Amino acid sequence: MEKLTNRSVQVDRSPMTVSERMYLPGIIKGMGITIGHVFKKKATVSYPEEKRPFSPVFRGLHILNRDEQGRERCTACGLCALACPAEAITMEAAERKPGEENLYREEKYAAKYEINMLRCIFCGYCEEACPKDAVYLTETVMPANYNRKSFIYKKDDLLIPNPNKQG
Amino acid sequence: MLLLQAAAGHVDWGFIIEKVILITVILFGSLGIAMYATWAERKVAAIMQDRIGPSRAGIFGLAQPLADGIKLFFKEEIIPDRSTRFIFILGPCLAMLTATMTSAVMPWGPDFTIGGRTIALQVADINIGILFVFGVVSLGVYGVMLGGWASNNKFSLLSSIRAASQAISYELAMGISLIALLMMTGSLSLRDIVQQQHGFWHDGYFSWNFFKQPLGFIIFLTCSFAELNRAPFDLPECESELNMGYHQEYSSMKLGFYLFAEYINMFVSSAIICTLFFGGYNFPFMDQVMQAVPPVLFSAICIMALMTKIVFMILFFMAVRWTLPRFRYDQLMRLGWRSLIPLALVNMVVTGGVILWTLKK
Repeated sequence: MEKLTNRSVQVDRSPMTVSERMYLPGIIKGMGITIGHVFKKKATVSYPEEKRPFSPVFRGLHILNRDEQGRERCTACGLCALACPAEAITMEAAERKPGEENLYREEKYAAKYEINMLRCIFCGYCEEACPKDAVYLTETVMPANYNRKSFIYKKDDLLIPNPNKQG
Repeated sequence: MLLLQAAAGHVDWGFIIEKVILITVILFGSLGIAMYATWAERKVAAIMQDRIGPSRAGIFGLAQPLADGIKLFFKEEIIPDRSTRFIFILGPCLAMLTATMTSAVMPWGPDFTIGGRTIALQVADINIGILFVFGVVSLGVYGVMLGGWASNNKFSLLSSIRAASQAISYELAMGISLIALLMMTGSLSLRDIVQQQHGFWHDGYFSWNFFKQPLGFIIFLTCSFAELNRAPFDLPECESELNMGYHQEYSSMKLGFYLFAEYINMFVSSAIICTLFFGGYNFPFMDQVMQAVPPVLFSAICIMALMTKIVFMILFFMAVRWTLPRFRYDQLMRLGWRSLIPLALVNMVVTGGVILWTLKK
């Protein structure tokens, strides 16, 4: 049979030579390899104290953005939900009432905005689809939890804190 | 003898106090070293595999053995329903007892004098020290055998059968390799054997037995691996075939005793190997040091020298464990019966010939 690559090696089934049957040369060679590893660089990252840097294109947990005056940017247009291949995003729109101009940027806003993190595949299509720069994927890894309910992130979990509000 | 003295009314209380202190120190010392051997084993394994090992409990993970011990104590104790209860409990006790008994005849350092009393750094200088060690070490396999048998578990039983046959096969080669050594020393007392290896260089040759009996050393070392049930001969507890082997049914501190006894055994065998082959507490240029420092300090230096050798030996045991793959059972038996025993016999005959025709002229 023709070889696909030239990396395959024929298994040597010839009987062991005297030096191989003595085991000792092989043992010393093996010990040399393992003791050599004592001086190699350790692969471990001591996680909470030292963190491995994420790649610049890493896509983690979502946030809902606010504008410079602290108003929610999301207008509940639904493009992110439409773009989502995993159908993880649901939302309910509501109309902005007079006097709420400092809360919401546009006349329409998301009264409910939920992302099911168990469905989410962190593809980042929602971020690309958003015309209002409202949804972003951060460099945060999704934390583990005990029950399924807590994986459905509500608007309160996703919204970044208001920069103009103190406390 | 002591009772007779007590009856006669004149007991050397200083002697008793001295020995009790020595026994306490040796017992707790070997327990402590065994404790930190578990830590060192994990560190060595980690470093060889490019990891860093236990590092959370205390600085460098030094509190790890304590944490492990506390955890084992608080674990639920399970004694299987169909086990032979008495033997089941006896097993780990026996393992622990035999492990700690061996250190009684070890000479830890030279004698020194305080206030007119000569203090020997050896619990008992019996003239058959080596035979005592061998007797106790072979008793050690009873702990494994009884434990595995009483568990009423087929894996445990298989494992204890393996342990027994392994111990028998390798004790033979070990004993024969030692006979060659004893022919050179002419004494069974460990104290004499150590004193014969005084210093490092004597009469134009190394005084340590390792340089006189290199083949005997290799055979003895290989057999100690088998006696200790350590990789590459850890067949009694191989995870892949027998789950955990003889201590599968054990839990809580009974399991801890088995594991702990193994590490004490490792410490004791390292001490024996160092005593028999690497000059015990002797070190190069010890005569010059002896003249320069007071006797108590000299004894302390000697103990440190022995401890350094033992630590290196333990590290070697660990390095081998994390390097070599486990032998198959037939390979183990073939190595024991068809390689090591003939080699040991040849070594014995050659040594005898050398003594007869060259050294005794």
